Amino acid sequence: MSFSYSLRLFFLSENGTIVLSKLVDLGQPKVGEYRVNTTKRYDVLIVGAGVVGCAIARELSRYSLSVGVVEKEKDVSFGTSSRNSGVVHAGFNYAPGSLRAKLDVEGNRLMEPLCRKLKVKMSRIGKLTVALHSQEMPGLEALKEQGEANGVPGLEILDSFAMQKIQPGVEGVGALWSPSSGIVCPYGLTIALARSARQNGVDFYLSWEVAHIFREESGFILENSLGEELKASVVINAAGLFADRMARMVGIDDYTLYPCRGEYYVLDKRLEGTLKTLLYPAPRKNDPGLGIHLTPTVDGNILIGPSAEYTELPEDWACSASVMENLRKKGKELFPDLSASDFIRNFAGLRPKLSPPEEGGNRDFVVEDRQDVPGFINLMGVESPGLTSAPALALMVRDMVGNHLELQEKANFLEELPGREKSFAESSPEERAALVAEDPNYGEMVCRCEQVTKREILDALSDPLGARTLMSIKYRTRATMGRCQGGFCFPKIVNIMTRELGYDPEEISLRDEKSFFFPGRVRKEEVAL
Amino acid sequence: MSLMKVEERDLVIIGGGPAGLAAAVSAWEAGCRDILLVERDRILGGILNQCIHDGFGLHTFNEALSGPEYAARYIEKLGQTGVEVREQTMVLRLGEDRVLQLASRGSYSAVRARAVILAMGCRERPRGAISIPGTRPSGVFTAGAAQHLMNLENIMVGNRVCILGSGDIGLIMARRMTLEGASVAGVFEILPYSSGLPRNIQQCLNDYDIPLHLSTTVQKIHGSRRLEGVTVAQVGPDRSPLEGTERYIPCDTLLLSVGLIPENELSRDASIPLDARTNGPQVDSRFMTRVPGIFACGNVLHVHDLVDYVSQEAEEAGRHAAAWAGASESSCEGTLPVLPGEGVRYTLPQKIAPSRSTVLSLRVTAPCRNRSVVVRGEGRVIARKSLVRLHPAEMIRIPLEAKSLSGVSQLEVALG
Repeated sequence: MSFSYSLRLFFLSENGTIVLSKLVDLGQPKVGEYRVNTTKRYDVLIVGAGVVGCAIARELSRYSLSVGVVEKEKDVSFGTSSRNSGVVHAGFNYAPGSLRAKLDVEGNRLMEPLCRKLKVKMSRIGKLTVALHSQEMPGLEALKEQGEANGVPGLEILDSFAMQKIQPGVEGVGALWSPSSGIVCPYGLTIALARSARQNGVDFYLSWEVAHIFREESGFILENSLGEELKASVVINAAGLFADRMARMVGIDDYTLYPCRGEYYVLDKRLEGTLKTLLYPAPRKNDPGLGIHLTPTVDGNILIGPSAEYTELPEDWACSASVMENLRKKGKELFPDLSASDFIRNFAGLRPKLSPPEEGGNRDFVVEDRQDVPGFINLMGVESPGLTSAPALALMVRDMVGNHLELQEKANFLEELPGREKSFAESSPEERAALVAEDPNYGEMVCRCEQVTKREILDALSDPLGARTLMSIKYRTRATMGRCQGGFCFPKIVNIMTRELGYDPEEISLRDEKSFFFPGRVRKEEVAL
Repeated sequence: MSLMKVEERDLVIIGGGPAGLAAAVSAWEAGCRDILLVERDRILGGILNQCIHDGFGLHTFNEALSGPEYAARYIEKLGQTGVEVREQTMVLRLGEDRVLQLASRGSYSAVRARAVILAMGCRERPRGAISIPGTRPSGVFTAGAAQHLMNLENIMVGNRVCILGSGDIGLIMARRMTLEGASVAGVFEILPYSSGLPRNIQQCLNDYDIPLHLSTTVQKIHGSRRLEGVTVAQVGPDRSPLEGTERYIPCDTLLLSVGLIPENELSRDASIPLDARTNGPQVDSRFMTRVPGIFACGNVLHVHDLVDYVSQEAEEAGRHAAAWAGASESSCEGTLPVLPGEGVRYTLPQKIAPSRSTVLSLRVTAPCRNRSVVVRGEGRVIARKSLVRLHPAEMIRIPLEAKSLSGVSQLEVALG
């Protein structure tokens, strides 16, 4: 089942080689392609297409280097990068001098112009870290001092009156106000970084799971689980939850990652506007996270979470009854009129933690240009604030790449992504009328809750990066993310894929071949409607 | 909207399912000659189109029709009127001023209506709203989405099936999937009684030896990619799982039939007050909402069990909307509040005009036998209906004569 549709849809590339994996765009460079019996050589290969890997890929695409990204999933942003709070942190939570503090503050500064260029939704809504009791106030003072030492701008201690002016109704004796904190669409950012990298010549190898890394005299050979190979002079380990395994493949045994799960609830957009800012509790010692907090999303939902539970497996995204109950309770405390149907979905993400359960708390990020394995740039334990840090990490890694390869800027680097800034749902009536006049597919609603049009679904399905799975469509369009959770649009998307684009029902999946939706047809003979 | 041309219409009906169809026909018959019926699907009929089982129209036509056949009766009637139908058109905004924004493949446009009938129907409660712990694999569908995929898209949704919730669509799908070769391990209902119609329990479960497990729920979902199984457990009186009763059932498909929610996004958009019991707009005897000129009928108003009652209600609403559009009235006439009392979950309309004869619709809170539903006002019995079987799944209707309502300031409906 796995390769049938790619072979049918994209049988030959223009130079006649058989394309085995998912590929839509036949222009150079390729996405998700590899060739039989030839081992392509890159200057740099990045392992992992999360926000960090994609940010590095985009940064390196400014230079005359050949760059590839390998990713075990069928799309970018299928791991931790999509499963988090989407917060742009200010940088006061981490010790001065630590990589976390430095990269967070720098990433926060870089985020706004980056999002503007990439047309990613970001909003600097600020953050209140709230003390419930006066005993917690010294902790906030300490945070403020730490933040100032880190270079965080505008930090202020507020009394409860000033705090209430920012967020009416919030309880507590005082708060630390951080105006530079904000929110960003995490998967939107990751996808946009990947698209920008791709636009500037980076090759993406999706469904390409690294099974072995062999060291050569002048670099590395990466072999995937099907036995295919790619070569590179420099390898960057941005494998997130799997980074320790990657490192072990080149003999680096220094690290073990401990997945630590964070569960969330997503609240209905009915509450949009009630939460003006990020609301965090005062930090507790040895907490592996930042505490359960309230986060407005750039799309108008509210997230409650995350919990912090160490798990055995790096993909254990299950939600647990006790945590869910606790989150619902917290939600109802904060919004007394919440009804059961306001909790529209729960999800979980995993932090790749370097600190084991018995230690708790946080260890600093590891970003190293390994002297013992020349050309292997190793990123380890990049959990929160990894999303905020990504643009700064990319610069740091670029400098490390510069130790091995000459960085010569390209004249034709494209800073900006083409495309519309606003979705149909975000457009004014006049803009909508113009869009429908331009393409009738804008006039056909597929997702009723999020007002996603057929044109936007078709755009997602023709994205050269992945986008043949329901998760890919969801992250690109918001279809299925509304209050009916796909009850209306899911059959419509299936209809478009099967009847208009020629997919077999068996090929439609949630995230990969194993998560297929349908065993087949009800009847072999199709009756024309 | 300043730059957009605004089309003027007497009556706009939102939704071309059973409610919208019946409302359109009756508004036309009542003399309204400028009616626009807006349907988002390619064809009229609404949810009836995916209901290929029979049992529709027993009250209206004395026949057991399939869903599409029932819809066809009204579509045929509609064809004899001058009602304008716009298919593949969706209303995206509705204002208190009755200005609508319509999206279609042809245009994005605005319409101002003298009267509007809300007939958007309802939707299924998703997994999120009932918070089932566990993973989020593929293979978990709402029963109606599965019905749509099987009956309209010719796509099989799974082979080994569990069904959570005993709503009617879940029961219908238990039979449907069995007939198509799937094995249905059981239907699990958290309540101590079924939430579907008794005839569906008999015809869809008992006739196919599909067990119905009452006071039982799905406690956990398993499987990292495709669904691999569910843990079910019995629940106590407080609906929380009883320790030691858990069992694992391997399955690749879980259908959810855990309730229907009137689809009132547009009603909220137009600031129409809703009733927390029905999740639909509050209406008067004419089925007019609290926003003058906007009427509501069918499942958007309250979830029905029989389509025949949807049609009857919509015919009433259509008639009153036509009168409103023709007479440029501006008053809300519902003055007499009707309150649900002991044993009654909700009653509708929420306020009635004492000058009109009105049919009250209501549901009881729990199943019982040999009881009467009693309507009281000012201490006296206005109406009474005695029933052998009373069940929350079955809507009860009680006609009230206008003449019996004189001198009454408030009505209470309770079990007697």
